[in-house]
Amino acid sequence: MEFVLRTTGIGKYFYEPEKFKVLDEISLEVRQGEFLSLIGKSGCGKSTLMYVLSTMDTDYEGQLEISGERLTGKDQNYLAAFRNKHIGFIFQFHYLLPEFTALQNVMIPALKLGKYSRKEVEDRAYEKLNILGVKDQALKATSKLSGGQQQRVAIARALINDPDIIMGDEPTGNLDSYNTQVVFDILDELTQVYKQTIIAVTHDEEFARKSDRIVEMSDGRIVSE
Amino acid sequence: MKLVVEIAKTHLVSKPKQTFVAMLGVTFGIGMFIALVSLMTGLNDFTEELTMTSSPDIHIYNDITESRTSIAEEVNANGISIVYNQKPKKETAKVRNALQIAEMIRRDSRVLGVAPTLSSQVFYNYGPVQLPGSISGVDIIEEDKLFDLRSKMKAGQLEDLLANNDGIIIGTGIARKMNVKVGDRIVITTPQGHTMTLKIVGLFQIGIGTIDNVRSYANISTVQTILQQDQSYITDINIKLYDLHLAKAIAPGFQAMFGYKAEDWETANATFLTGVVIRNIITYSVSITLLIVAGFGIYNILNMTIINKMKDIAILKAMGFSGRDVRLIFMIQSLVIGFIGSGAGLCIGYVLSYLISQAPFDGGDMVSLDHFPVNFDAKYYITGIVFGVLTTALAGYMPSRKAAKVDPIEIIRGQ
Repeated sequence: MEFVLRTTGIGKYFYEPEKFKVLDEISLEVRQGEFLSLIGKSGCGKSTLMYVLSTMDTDYEGQLEISGERLTGKDQNYLAAFRNKHIGFIFQFHYLLPEFTALQNVMIPALKLGKYSRKEVEDRAYEKLNILGVKDQALKATSKLSGGQQQRVAIARALINDPDIIMGDEPTGNLDSYNTQVVFDILDELTQVYKQTIIAVTHDEEFARKSDRIVEMSDGRIVSE
Repeated sequence: MKLVVEIAKTHLVSKPKQTFVAMLGVTFGIGMFIALVSLMTGLNDFTEELTMTSSPDIHIYNDITESRTSIAEEVNANGISIVYNQKPKKETAKVRNALQIAEMIRRDSRVLGVAPTLSSQVFYNYGPVQLPGSISGVDIIEEDKLFDLRSKMKAGQLEDLLANNDGIIIGTGIARKMNVKVGDRIVITTPQGHTMTLKIVGLFQIGIGTIDNVRSYANISTVQTILQQDQSYITDINIKLYDLHLAKAIAPGFQAMFGYKAEDWETANATFLTGVVIRNIITYSVSITLLIVAGFGIYNILNMTIINKMKDIAILKAMGFSGRDVRLIFMIQSLVIGFIGSGAGLCIGYVLSYLISQAPFDGGDMVSLDHFPVNFDAKYYITGIVFGVLTTALAGYMPSRKAAKVDPIEIIRGQ
């Protein structure tokens, strides 16, 4: 079976306030359709790893490969275009653009990709919002939505370009238990029904327990699977 | 690209007040620039035109007061001679072979026209009072070619002078002082004491008090008769060039060739023209200051916008926008502010200039002006918009570059 994401020997240093190895020989393989939770104590390097995997952090040692393409050493503009096409992001905070409506927020990455016409993009955005149960909020300004709704719009935005991987940094970190459940169910459904690959950094043990695969980190290393 | 424009537009529209204030800065700067430049160049053109009508491009005359080598120096050629308080020789102001010189100059391809004239101090007799003035003996048709006298005539025709051998055209200033009109006769006296009665056939007004209050024109032969000189007596050769800015370069050549003083118009009107330079300095320094202030305004506003939008920039970059896209988003905003702001500035500048040009202004006795002279040359409007857009582009570039360099991880992790 093909690996969607593969790393070999990823290492990374922080230089402030003094030289410190945050990631040490991380080798990880993620298969299509896996729902992977990345857990560990604060400061263990799980978020740092996630940003290396996301291609946003390029200052590391070792190799990173996503969808069969080697991404180590590529320039920033290339990586930006790559993220646009292959990676969807969900953050602890929704990070929706406040000047735009929910629908526009979902449409922006697809318009950036430019693969579909505007009309098609709009239809697809409605479809994604529908999957997430917030279709009726589409034309509202994002600031008018509740926290759970905002996060669901953000997930719809992550899905719009049918990415190979969705990466989440504490995707439920800022939600109450009800909304946490809702968001988890949605992510779970995405992997079950749509064979979506998901990597999520989380503190929430219950959330992790329910996912397909747990990777625990400590002091920059993977300690258990 | 279209998406980037759309995002920039949304940013501008969602904060209308801030956008408006930024535009207002540019509008004010450009508007004032246009108003100032229009007025100042209007004044400059006006003064330049006045100088041009009052002095020829090059004026050749016999400068009898110019210092000459003394006899002592001629005898003692190799030694050192010091002559104190040397006086001019007694000689007439006559330019010898003036008509031949005029003919030679006329053949020069750079010369538009040549008019040999003779001029003299005279007194206009007004009852028991003698008003000082000067009379120029001219070929009035040639003179008109050089100075466009026809358009300065307030009464009578230039041709009337040709028909009347004892005719005279006087300035409106003298006419008013002496309380005379066309058809009246006036008596003039030369410094040598000769007196002659002449008939006024026309009145002219150049617009400069110092000329309109003293000068009069008569035929060359008439003035030669008054001065009791022969027909070859000519004191001045006035030259008009195709390109008046060559005067300063050409004049020394004529002076060397003919041995008479050749003075260009810039030297003759040096005091007048320093005003032009000073006005230009003031205009440009004030307008550039205004634009720089407007530029700082835009810089500040964009900087603030970018600081407020760090999160948005981070997420845009995470979603796949390159640094270049982000920079474009903010550059477009500053350019839109620049274009609309400058455009409005041009309109305001035009309205201001128009209002200034309608404002009554009394030039007094010195110059005949009833309104401010204002220049509506399109050149300054183009300069204005180019300058406005350039300033805003520059002011927007620095914050935009900063936005392009935002590291999304830092912002996202920082939460």
